[in-house]
Amino acid sequence: MKKILASVRIALRALLTNRLRSALTMLGIIIGVAAVICMVAVGSGATARIQEQIASIGSNVIIVLSGSITSNGIRLGSGAAQTLSSDDAKAIASECTAVAAVAPTVRGSGQVVYGNNNWFTNIQGTTPDYLTIREYTMQSGSAFTSQDVDGATKVALLGKTVADNLFGSTDPAGQVIRIKNVPFTVAGVLSAKGQSPTGQDQDDIIILPISTARKKVIGASQANANAVGAIMVQARGPSMMQEAELEVRELLRQRHHLQAEQDDDFTVRNLEEVFAAQETSARVMSILLGAIASVSLLVGGIGIMNIMLVSVTERTREIGLRLAIGAKTKDILTQFLVEAVTLALLGGIVGIVLGASGSYVVSYFAKWNTLISPGAILLAFVFSALIGIFFGYYPARKAALLDPIDALRYE
Amino acid sequence: MNHIIEIENLVKTYRVGDVTVQALGGVSLTIERGDFVAIMGPSGSGKSTLMNIFGCLDKPSLGTYRLDGVSVGNLGRDELAEIRNRKIGFVFQQFNLLARTSALENVELPLLYTDTAARERQERAMQALASVGLADRADHHPNQLSGGQQQRVAIARALVNRPQMLLADEPTGALDSHTSIEIMAIFQQLNREQGISTIVVTHEPDIAAYANRNIQFRDGRIVVDERIARPRQALEELAAVGGEVPQEEPVEAV
Repeated sequence: MKKILASVRIALRALLTNRLRSALTMLGIIIGVAAVICMVAVGSGATARIQEQIASIGSNVIIVLSGSITSNGIRLGSGAAQTLSSDDAKAIASECTAVAAVAPTVRGSGQVVYGNNNWFTNIQGTTPDYLTIREYTMQSGSAFTSQDVDGATKVALLGKTVADNLFGSTDPAGQVIRIKNVPFTVAGVLSAKGQSPTGQDQDDIIILPISTARKKVIGASQANANAVGAIMVQARGPSMMQEAELEVRELLRQRHHLQAEQDDDFTVRNLEEVFAAQETSARVMSILLGAIASVSLLVGGIGIMNIMLVSVTERTREIGLRLAIGAKTKDILTQFLVEAVTLALLGGIVGIVLGASGSYVVSYFAKWNTLISPGAILLAFVFSALIGIFFGYYPARKAALLDPIDALRYE
Repeated sequence: MNHIIEIENLVKTYRVGDVTVQALGGVSLTIERGDFVAIMGPSGSGKSTLMNIFGCLDKPSLGTYRLDGVSVGNLGRDELAEIRNRKIGFVFQQFNLLARTSALENVELPLLYTDTAARERQERAMQALASVGLADRADHHPNQLSGGQQQRVAIARALVNRPQMLLADEPTGALDSHTSIEIMAIFQQLNREQGISTIVVTHEPDIAAYANRNIQFRDGRIVVDERIARPRQALEELAAVGGEVPQEEPVEAV
């Protein structure tokens, strides 16, 4: 340990005698490490953002969409027919063991008015379980209850965007708004969720009890007064997703009297899978950026090798002298290797600092999330040391194997 | 074991392209412990080759070389390095000091390749510098020292690991005649007071005259080998001229 410290001191002195050259050599490593740190930070920032968005959907969520019927040989897409009903939702809740919570939803849209302000927004009718599944919390006021659903009470929950547009800074709770000219009392305001993974504003919404929505706002299908557009299902855990999906599909096929050869008249979508793919692509992106940046690190390493070779040639007589007075092969090898590693590590440290500040600047000006993990810093540090060893070994070996007589005579 | 060096039928050949050049053609020689020998000869006579072999920097093609009773002919690279470090002190014509490095650190250099602790390294380097009269220049860099002073630093470096033998290759070749006498005074004093066997290669008969024994080479063979009855005494000459006498202190402890 002491010996290594001593050689580091000797190496530092050798590097200091050629300040400009050492600085320029380090520049390669500095830029390389800074680029890697910066790119990985930007990449993992993007990944973290996607994860955040996925979390905003709620965890372990499966969506069952109605639709896809075949009429006279023409297949219609999801939602083309309202094949799901509130009863389906109730059946899923009571019969599927892998399912924790179920919420039927109907969707629509309409103009909302409060005083002089009005706003066009999405309207969703559902049950209180929906709020649990989507992990909504209340910013103010309180959620509606299953009594409200049973009694078709005219209460509404506003998303943040709607509340802001209608009420500005005043508290909407308890106020009366008109949705498609029907007066509703605002029960509460939902906490902001931000963008969905597909880029929609999840706060531009009004949530009503499903019964009220059907009767007063969206209207119910004449054929099936119980029809719902979609059913949100929450599995009991991440490992139960597959099972829940299977149970729901079987139950619905049975309830809809589908024969074995008939297609499903509904679609089951596992959101986790959809968004996991997105997350993976973000991660691949960040690895790709890192890989591109490491090319400059490689170039920096070659710069170190180049300068070490020059240094060995310049100091041939010194090496000859050291060999003559008793330096062993290992001693000379260590001396030059430590010099190369010191060069690389100093460059690495400066690069880490520069990369960290760089990603901070990026996140500040470009309003991107960046995330610098200690792992990335450690990796950059270890990697620059490895580069020093890898590219320093050849010149150091060349120095250590010099013939002392020739080296002493070298002009 | 009274011989520091024993060589027998030493042959050294080099291959230069297709031509084989014989630098040494069967040299046999013994050098006694504590002797002061000058080796002379024109360039190409084989004296440098012999010095390289003496210094364990080169290996003979044929013949045996025993240094301090140990045959070194078939030792490996690192074993030879160890012998150079422990038994031999080198002094070169061009001094070969490290630039931008203080005199003290230059002298310490051979000890870096031993297990000596930092504090002891410094103390011994300081003693060695004192023994060549340069204790007050310990923190000077080579470019702040005169040629004679640089060579004295180099001698201190050769002494610091308490070698049994000093090998000096044209030690006065880059110095003026007065400074050369000062350097020879140091060699004579070390030889006399500490009994360090000293071998000096020179092409100047004036310098060889300070040694106890002169060996002349020509074409890879010894042509003259003679004892000098009354070697020149450098210290006396310096006193007579009244010039600067190197401030030498008693040097047992080096």
